Amino acid sequence: MGFPRVYDYVAGKNDWGSYGLPREGTNVPARAAGDVAHRDVPTCTLADRLSDVRERVRAAGWDTCIVVNEQRVVLGRLGRQALASKIDSSIEEAMTPGPSTVRPSIGADALLERIRARNLTSFLVTTPDGRLVGLVRRDDLESGT
Amino acid sequence: MEAMPIAIDRDALQRLMAEEAAQLVEVLPAKEFGEEHLAGAINIPLKELDESAPRELARERPVIVYCNDYQ
Repeated sequence: MGFPRVYDYVAGKNDWGSYGLPREGTNVPARAAGDVAHRDVPTCTLADRLSDVRERVRAAGWDTCIVVNEQRVVLGRLGRQALASKIDSSIEEAMTPGPSTVRPSIGADALLERIRARNLTSFLVTTPDGRLVGLVRRDDLESGT
Repeated sequence: MEAMPIAIDRDALQRLMAEEAAQLVEVLPAKEFGEEHLAGAINIPLKELDESAPRELARERPVIVYCNDYQ
């Protein structure tokens, strides 16, 4: 090229899109999972007390909590049942490990299809390295909000 | 001899864009660019790069090229 400072973003647009960063073009969905994800979904760590987490999650008006490590990498999920139980087990025992996730770039329509096919009410959105972006609710996708 | 482009990651790209007004160039064919590209990128297909770059890009600003992935 003959230019003094040339850089190569080697991971390219596949990497960019999978992190939910801004894209343009005819194939870019108008709404993607990263756009509709609730980023305020409660989180906890393995070191937290389940009873404390229950209280905090209820007080925030949620019925799920995502278990993450210090880098916000998703380890598991505490669902309604775990949060409703009176047993004070460890977070690790109570959580469902390794929940399914999607990348922020997946289109909202495609994600809704996937949620319906699996008969789920929500889906977690993470970056390719497993960091939590947020939670997408089926209701939001179906109502277009 | 021409210097090889320096490989960078996503964070470095964002830093170069924000701090040094880097020019972002997708080198894939026009059809692929039209379907999806990084916001703010321009398209100069690889075959046309040597000829078009001096006309379309500013020499004094960094240039970042990219395609789909590690190709």
